[in-house]
Amino acid sequence: MSAPDDIATKQSVPFDAAEASVGSAATARATPRYVWALAAAVLAALLPLVATNFVLFQLTLVMVYGLAILGLNLLTGFNGQFSLGHSAFYGIGAYTAAILMDHWDVAYFYTLPAAGVVCFVVGFLFGLPALRLQNLYLALATFALATAMPQILKFGPLEPLTGGVQGIALIKPDAPLRLPLNPDQWLYYFTLAVLLLLMAAAWNLVHSRSGRAIMAIRDHPIAAASMGVNTALYKTLTFGVSALYTGIAGALGAIVVQFVAPDSFNFLLSVSFLVGLVIGGVGSIPGSIVGGLFVLYVPNIAESISTGLSGAVYGLIMLLVIYVMPSGAAGFARLAAAQSAKARQTWINRSERRSP
Amino acid sequence: MELLLQQVMAGLATGAIYACMALAVVMIYQAIDHLNFAQGEMAMFSTFIAWQLIQWGVPYWGAFVAVVAVSFVGGIAIERILFRPIHNAPVLTQLVAFIALFGILNSSAGEIWNFTIKEFPTPFGRGPLFGGHLISTHDAGMIGVTLLILILLYLFFRGSRLGLAMRAAAANPASARLVGIRVGWMIALGWGMSASIGAVAGMLIAPVVFLEPNMMLGVLLYGFAGAVLGGLSSPGGAVLGGFAVGVIENLAGTFIPYFGRELKLTIALIMIVAVLLVRPSGLFGRSVVSRV
Repeated sequence: MSAPDDIATKQSVPFDAAEASVGSAATARATPRYVWALAAAVLAALLPLVATNFVLFQLTLVMVYGLAILGLNLLTGFNGQFSLGHSAFYGIGAYTAAILMDHWDVAYFYTLPAAGVVCFVVGFLFGLPALRLQNLYLALATFALATAMPQILKFGPLEPLTGGVQGIALIKPDAPLRLPLNPDQWLYYFTLAVLLLLMAAAWNLVHSRSGRAIMAIRDHPIAAASMGVNTALYKTLTFGVSALYTGIAGALGAIVVQFVAPDSFNFLLSVSFLVGLVIGGVGSIPGSIVGGLFVLYVPNIAESISTGLSGAVYGLIMLLVIYVMPSGAAGFARLAAAQSAKARQTWINRSERRSP
Repeated sequence: MELLLQQVMAGLATGAIYACMALAVVMIYQAIDHLNFAQGEMAMFSTFIAWQLIQWGVPYWGAFVAVVAVSFVGGIAIERILFRPIHNAPVLTQLVAFIALFGILNSSAGEIWNFTIKEFPTPFGRGPLFGGHLISTHDAGMIGVTLLILILLYLFFRGSRLGLAMRAAAANPASARLVGIRVGWMIALGWGMSASIGAVAGMLIAPVVFLEPNMMLGVLLYGFAGAVLGGLSSPGGAVLGGFAVGVIENLAGTFIPYFGRELKLTIALIMIVAVLLVRPSGLFGRSVVSRV
């Protein structure tokens, strides 16, 4: 825990290392990134034609978790601030949506921006004291937030609003405009659209002037400050934006699961976000979705291998994955791409030599 | 006044549990520079081994010594097998390894010894101390053992060559290696020691919270809080921090009207964060200055 850049992604890419940290290591010959992104989006859009409703429900949750992990990634991966408190932002987002829908009959799509705004404000305010804390001390402060959240949600005087330990049950929305989709399919597309929009926004943020400032703070706060970056402002803003993403994910999660209860937003949820973040790849936007896949499916797989030892199996899988890919799926993909580019280069060189 | 005294004493008694754990946490933090999230589960596993030995008819102190030794070896084995291969990986990756270890130990203990609550014996007896009703003999024994371990550790780190070598390896691995210290083994030794201290903590805590695979979760969280409050670079501070957390938690629950009871945990944590805002490296920690 010597320098902040320990937290950041450290990958051994044989070329173009500086560029790779923002994720544009595409060389002239390799397939451009947007082709992959487009292919993935088309594939995702076609899935409801073949998948069952339950699979769709699970995949929708994968996207929700992926979005929450993306929020954490903006803070931890790009700005270098630890957080064990993202379950709290997820919970605030979920409760904002649930309360708006349940008490005031607000349409479900309006609850997303509302949850985003509420979480942005809470995240920004929490970012202010976080400015003074670093690494483990920040981890403890955010951990306090995560532990406090279920208690606050259960707190007696708030019960008329939050429903106390009972939580709030919601109704699944139907597809609008008489589209020929069942609610599961509709929610899948709705979530996919929100996810793609927010991923594009995150990509733009990271590649903007502000994004460079955010990453400069991660890599070297003192150098960033002396270059004129307002570190305090950017750190608190990043906290706010990160909470906004995770809050919107929480609102989506509440709509998809149709139920919110205080104890589902506990510290363990933060831990799974963290696991997803590391497995997917710290500082990688598409990696967040891989993380979502991991935290949703792998515990189920572990359960199916051994019910009693499911925790142990999950732990072993986690260990295996980080032994094989210490910098997450994104780091692994980057390495594989670099290797294949190298192999292709040698192949081209060899064939050029053969036919002068 | 009577109530205040009683609550403070009760707080000290629970604080002793947290202090034990905080001490183990700080030990490993000093050796490897990371918080061990699986520390509590390691302690729980050790305690289960002790329970099993006692069930087989081994006398308490025999089991005690055996388990401390087994935990020492186990701690070293975990370091060598699990963490040695990834010691160069980013911090967050190591954090996930800790979480994985947590899951493995918790789930295995549940499978081997199942989840029913078990009684664990205490060598100190359960009667009230000096006939008063403020604190039991077991609580007093627990506080005593914690302080004893603290003194022993202090002597070890200040007075012995090995202790000096361990401190050097933690403070500056590169320079330590240059003067001939085997840094890798010092780290392994740190793991072993912290596993042993964790085992002692587990055996002292088990009579109070009862033995079951999840017994350490809450304790570990408060132990962390205590360690961070006291300052992660100071074992004495960590012990004091552990006691402070216990007392704050109890007093907040009793004396803050209305909110107190329901939000006792929240209030304790808010107070800790407030302390950290004033002293960002904990009460007794030194802030690390690094060359730019």
